[in-house]
Amino acid sequence: MSAQDWAYLSNYAIYSAMALFTLAFFGHAYETAWAVRTPLASAETEGNLVAKTFDNSRTQKAMRIATAMMILGFAFLFFGVIARGISAGRVPWGNMYEFSITGALAFTGAYLFALRKYDLRWLGVLVSFSVLLTLGTAITLLYRASAPLVPALKSTWLVIHVSAAIISGGVFLLANVIAAAYLYLDNMESKGPRKVWAQRLPSLEVLDQLSYRLVAFVFPLWTFAVIAGAIWAESAWGRYWGWDPKETWAFITWVAYAAYLHARVTVGWRGRRAAWLCLLAGSTFLFNYVYVNVWGTGKHTYSGL
Amino acid sequence: MIEETQLPELGAIALVRYFWRQLTSMRTALVLLLLLALAAIPGSLIPQNAQNPMAVSDYFKSHRALAIWFERFSLFDVYSSPWFSAIYILLFISLIGCVLPRSFEHLHAARALPPKTPKNLARMELFQTWSSSGNELEIAKTWLKAKRFRILESEDSLSAEKGYLRETGNLFFHISLILILVGVLIGGLFGVRGSAILSQGERFVNNATSYDTISFGQISRESSLPPFTIKIDKFVAKYNTLTSAPEDYTLYVTTVAKPGATPKQQVVKVNSPLTFGSTRVYLQANGYSPIVTVQDKKGNVTFQGPVPFLPQDGNLRSIGAIKVPDGNPQLGLVSSFVPTYARSSNQGAISVFPELLDPKLLFSIWQGDLGLDNGVPQSVYRIDTSKMKQIALSSLKPGEFLKFSEGTVTFEDVVPWVNLQIVSDPGKSYSLIGGIVAILGLLASLFTRRRRIWIRVSAGEIQVAGLAKNGAPGLAIEMSEFVAKLKGN
Repeated sequence: MSAQDWAYLSNYAIYSAMALFTLAFFGHAYETAWAVRTPLASAETEGNLVAKTFDNSRTQKAMRIATAMMILGFAFLFFGVIARGISAGRVPWGNMYEFSITGALAFTGAYLFALRKYDLRWLGVLVSFSVLLTLGTAITLLYRASAPLVPALKSTWLVIHVSAAIISGGVFLLANVIAAAYLYLDNMESKGPRKVWAQRLPSLEVLDQLSYRLVAFVFPLWTFAVIAGAIWAESAWGRYWGWDPKETWAFITWVAYAAYLHARVTVGWRGRRAAWLCLLAGSTFLFNYVYVNVWGTGKHTYSGL
Repeated sequence: MIEETQLPELGAIALVRYFWRQLTSMRTALVLLLLLALAAIPGSLIPQNAQNPMAVSDYFKSHRALAIWFERFSLFDVYSSPWFSAIYILLFISLIGCVLPRSFEHLHAARALPPKTPKNLARMELFQTWSSSGNELEIAKTWLKAKRFRILESEDSLSAEKGYLRETGNLFFHISLILILVGVLIGGLFGVRGSAILSQGERFVNNATSYDTISFGQISRESSLPPFTIKIDKFVAKYNTLTSAPEDYTLYVTTVAKPGATPKQQVVKVNSPLTFGSTRVYLQANGYSPIVTVQDKKGNVTFQGPVPFLPQDGNLRSIGAIKVPDGNPQLGLVSSFVPTYARSSNQGAISVFPELLDPKLLFSIWQGDLGLDNGVPQSVYRIDTSKMKQIALSSLKPGEFLKFSEGTVTFEDVVPWVNLQIVSDPGKSYSLIGGIVAILGLLASLFTRRRRIWIRVSAGEIQVAGLAKNGAPGLAIEMSEFVAKLKGN
């Protein structure tokens, strides 16, 4: 097959993955909404507030289908990313379109990986939606024809540095989604008992622990991504650190997560304050990705925009 | 009634001790960390002198009033500003103040045995008890030893602890950060960094006068430059035919490491620099140098040579200045060069591809005072024509010449130029070692569990219990393995 064929195949795979994630989204939306049961009006309940109950026994099937769609979507996306790489004859991390599809892959991967250990399917609606949003933006606004790398990117460090950064990003974002869920539920609980649909969600304590574990797990990898970037910068640009905007924001993210880990482990922050700090650190990562790639200047201008 | 609060009088030492304790507290460190992140932000949004001095001077032109205030607060030099330095120096002092005492403590603890088995094990986590069958203490000791626990034995009990690596890793991580900073400091003090533009065919001799720009560290001297030479044999750039995006740059050079050494042919690419000891030579930028000869009316050559032109866009339309100070009168050619010529209705001459498919040199000739003798530094790419008058306007292809009122201009040929960046950073290996140790320390400190396990035999009863010193899970599983082993299944 020619490079062109692989590029088309990659695009078809990405479109198919989007269709599958859409199905997963509707599956999760259905199982969340229909699990809330309102009893039929009867003489007993008349005049009283109707007590809704949560029962997802009927929507188990939808939930399983949604997860299956998510796994299938992951597989298609994985193939799409690989095919893109084959078509360009290199690792598929040469411009922002490629960073985005790989980022979406890492994010879905982090979710599916965590799913093996924790029942995170309540997150499915959010995960499928954000993946759809990422892929949609990528294919409409960021799409660039498959092309060889510019000379500065021709290095083994591209594989090492960028894969480490993308995986860290996927896990940081998952931790962020969980921290946001924590804050939302905490707010809800402070006003009274949880709403019916939210009863299946884990306790606040579990969410708090989970987002911490994700960050602690991936912080060394992020440190590695920054150091690998420094080693690469030394061989490409003649200095290992030059306060380029991308480097500066990678540093800010690192310091912010370091502060988060210290706050939790040494000072003993838990709950709301820790969740806010986690969100703050995660948003520095997002800012780096969006702002520096699209509007920023400096040496990391590989977005192709 | 007015009550006067009497502050306890603090002696100078007590005051110093008070501030020291404040500075080395974890809360202060946390605030400093967040401040450091915050302080790094403006440098990524406001142009910086160190990264992009042109953008800074543009900013001064477009936002003069604001720029003056930015300047006052060192916002164009954030990362060498007093306030940024203050934050990281305080942070490092706080870090040292925190890590040093803990290191001594840990060194002491690492040689000590675990504390005695607590009297009442029933109050500890994961407590279990069953009746003894005789040799459990022996089994426990073998098992704990095999798992590399440290064991304190007493007559009727064992107290075992594992996971000192957590604190070791933690301390190594923090010490390695200091090492990274030391590497940065050594680089700043002893390093040399410079750049030179060389046209194909030219030779670079590594002494200070060969550089276009050079900056020495506070302690490094000119004599520390290693005496190598580099001859630019050939530079090849490949571009994508559809997008004009560069695909490959290859520079062929002949190097001589020191006078008298055998010349070596080498290849430089963007990601593979030349290395001479601790000095490395990087390929940074490239462009075209038209080779031009200027003769006066009598046919004497007043100027000859390649002149590097500054690229303006992705298709390498370039601008440049050819200055002929030795002519009488002085001459200047305000020029632009296009590697693949095309005409656009609104921009004039443009280039449509970065390779030399249809090269053309366009210029206007000016006569008068070039202003080179008044001591004000000038751009090599521009000519100040305020004291000159235009006498000709033309364009040439390679090999063509133009006769004008004061002589002849010949556009001989065009060759590529490269910008070499020459860097000596003797501190970088310290930073690299620091970086590697930081990751290893981090892994050890985040993934090691520190825990204790106790076993006691009292009155025919076996009692076991454990304690996880950090909330990481896993002790429960370990305990159940331990108990299963003791029960002999």
